[in-house]
Amino acid sequence: MINAVIMKDIDTVVTVTKNVSSGENVSYITCGGYSTIKATSDIPINHKVAIKDVKKGNEVLKYGERIGYATMDIHIGDHVHTNNLDS
Amino acid sequence: MKFKGYRRSDGHVGIRNHVVVLPGVICAAGVAQKIANKADDVEYLYNPNGCAQNSKDTAITVEILSGIIANGNVYGVLIVGLGCESIRKEIYIDAIKRKTDKPVHYISIQKEGGIQKTVTKGLEIVNSLKEEANKCVREVCDLSELILGLECGGSDPTSGISANAVLGNTSDRLIDFEGTSVLCETPEAIGAENILKRRGQTPEIGQQLYDTVLKYDEMFKAYGEDIRKTNPSLGNKASGITTLEEKSLGCVHKSGTRPFNGVYQYGQMIDKKGLMFMDGTAYDVASIVSLISGGAQIIAFTTGMGTPVGNAIAPVVKITGNKDTATRLSDMIDFDTSDSISGAKNVEELGRDLLEYIVNVCNGEKVKAEINGISNMAINQFYSYA
Repeated sequence: MINAVIMKDIDTVVTVTKNVSSGENVSYITCGGYSTIKATSDIPINHKVAIKDVKKGNEVLKYGERIGYATMDIHIGDHVHTNNLDS
Repeated sequence: MKFKGYRRSDGHVGIRNHVVVLPGVICAAGVAQKIANKADDVEYLYNPNGCAQNSKDTAITVEILSGIIANGNVYGVLIVGLGCESIRKEIYIDAIKRKTDKPVHYISIQKEGGIQKTVTKGLEIVNSLKEEANKCVREVCDLSELILGLECGGSDPTSGISANAVLGNTSDRLIDFEGTSVLCETPEAIGAENILKRRGQTPEIGQQLYDTVLKYDEMFKAYGEDIRKTNPSLGNKASGITTLEEKSLGCVHKSGTRPFNGVYQYGQMIDKKGLMFMDGTAYDVASIVSLISGGAQIIAFTTGMGTPVGNAIAPVVKITGNKDTATRLSDMIDFDTSDSISGAKNVEELGRDLLEYIVNVCNGEKVKAEINGISNMAINQFYSYA
């Protein structure tokens, strides 16, 4: 079931379009088909989930652009928000 | 790609063929509206200004109203003045003549001898204008002659991930057909100034974009407001937006990915092709008005929560990525992009469909705001009335 949207191929996050529980699959359409990752915590609707590991201090990308830097190591499936992302 | 539009003697192209009644000053608005109401198929455009403004705001009013009259969608206009207002007949006529040679008539209530006589005279004028306008026929025009205004308002989380993404794709397609689209609402670009800077066709245009955004930022600071400290708001954060860059990008990416080819002042006539930026307010109605004044024949307006806003001069196409809004508020939404969220269609397919829909509207298909006869009018001003 598709429950997330990726804006540009290079993005490190996707946006979930339904509430997602910890351990649940997050699936989004890519140009080749679709990809699935597992959420490491509860993700509220419209919030972001990491689809790539991002080391502390590195760029977080959405819309194909930098929306800020990781304030701690971000792992695939992590909720990406004010706890680990800042401009 | 082609559409059928009206070619004007001043070189502009219209997708509507309006005869317009415009009050030259707010005091004449009631009488001007009477004329429009009594005439058949004539557009009334409200004007909240015309007097008691300082020179800076007066210049903006004249620039906007003359620009709207010069818009290709307008065949001709009757301006109804009072007689004692500060923006006199000559000021309007001079400003309009610099932009267009289309039929412009002016009458004033004090000179005509009151309400009834002005209405009678006004009706004669608009009826004869209408007769002339009805002789115009649609001709094949190229998409390169189209100016699309990009606008958003009543946004929700679907705006960034769906409707604006689709509109960005449509804008890219229009630019590739050598058409023009115009991004506006400078305050909403605060935080995205570095991204805009990189998107300039030349380093000079990039720098102009950057400076334009920072100038608005400084203006807010002078009024004691710091956009960077108050955005994203707590409400934004609760709905998943983390940084100002993310919030601004969600708005700015409705301009797609093509380079910016020019930066224009609020309401200034657009005289180049490609993607443009128009400096101005984020107040939806006042920014739609500036796009129309710049020459946009059609406005693409993305909205998450839904808005009925329209304008007498140009069709305002409402686009939403929120399925619930598209369904519940169906009498004010024209195009639903929520298939990009469900996965039923991708952004590219929807971007192509939206361009096709826009071409249909150019050919004469009415949008919901037109069907409902909704027209809103506001002109940005920097000071209160004197």
